[in-house]
Amino acid sequence: MTLGWYLAVSAIIFSIGVGGVLVRRNPLVILLCLELMLNAGNLALVTFSRMYGGEGGQIFALIVMVVAACEVTVGLGLIVAISRRNLPVDVDELHELNG
Amino acid sequence: MSEVLFFIAAIAAIVGAVGVVAMRNPFYAVLALVCHLVSLAALFLLLRAEFVAAAQVVVYAGAVMVLYVFVVAYVGGAEEIRSGNAMRVLGPLFAVAVAIELCIALLGSALSGINSQGAAYKPGFGEPARIGKLFLTDYLFAFEVASLLLLVAAIGAIVLARRRRGLEDDDGSIARVIGERRPSYTGTMAEGAGTRQVYQEIEAGHGGSFEIGSAEPKERAAAVVASEDGEDGA
Repeated sequence: MTLGWYLAVSAIIFSIGVGGVLVRRNPLVILLCLELMLNAGNLALVTFSRMYGGEGGQIFALIVMVVAACEVTVGLGLIVAISRRNLPVDVDELHELNG
Repeated sequence: MSEVLFFIAAIAAIVGAVGVVAMRNPFYAVLALVCHLVSLAALFLLLRAEFVAAAQVVVYAGAVMVLYVFVVAYVGGAEEIRSGNAMRVLGPLFAVAVAIELCIALLGSALSGINSQGAAYKPGFGEPARIGKLFLTDYLFAFEVASLLLLVAAIGAIVLARRRRGLEDDDGSIARVIGERRPSYTGTMAEGAGTRQVYQEIEAGHGGSFEIGSAEPKERAAAVVASEDGEDGA
């Protein structure tokens, strides 16, 4: 397969993630959709690494995995804190910061 | 052969991604994401990124998803459908627009390698040894920053998810531990830590003998705490 196909798959997965973040209201599922977008970026990075024959893109993909793990940790901590305070786990209800 | 594998993995990845968005129950969404991640690891293998594929399966599909499953089990609950939400119409439209725009960017990009099978394969490309060497030489700064970021995230998660109310119930508190029924002069920690002195003071105050284990635990604990408070006040 030519490498353009991989980039097309990456683009499709990224836009599915964008749609999920906009449509869903459960913060857990929003975090899952963020993971989708990060993984689409990873796929593009690994594809470019293959395209140019250097490992730099793979290193970048591993760093993105670390960042995704950190994001998951903090995001899930926030969700646990929300549910401890008996607030609704719904991003439309949690709009205190709107001002 | 690689074409067949590519199409199987790509279709599984896209179906998994759609499942994450479409599943009503967050638990099934997490399982769909696991399917998506595993098929993405297959795509990485086709791109000769063996170490990234292994890390994807072990770290992502293993550790991170277990974390998700725990939190889904803790929070739980499927979301109810609410009508009249403008985002339910605008969101998919925007997603389609982003997809079209990305495809235009892909077709319009003058990348020389986009219609090729990639650079010539070098032996050892994407091996753990080379990744590790690059991490400790060319990309050392990124490596160190990543470790610092992990530390910050771990501390942040503990601070965010800790219990804020302090001791809500009496169970496990100091007073209950001290007041527990135990035989005297058996070398318990309470004797070693000097709570025996407290009992002796109580005895002196009563003017009689205060047998350890004679009073009810709750009352004794209350008496001990009261006498300690008195010492602090004095």
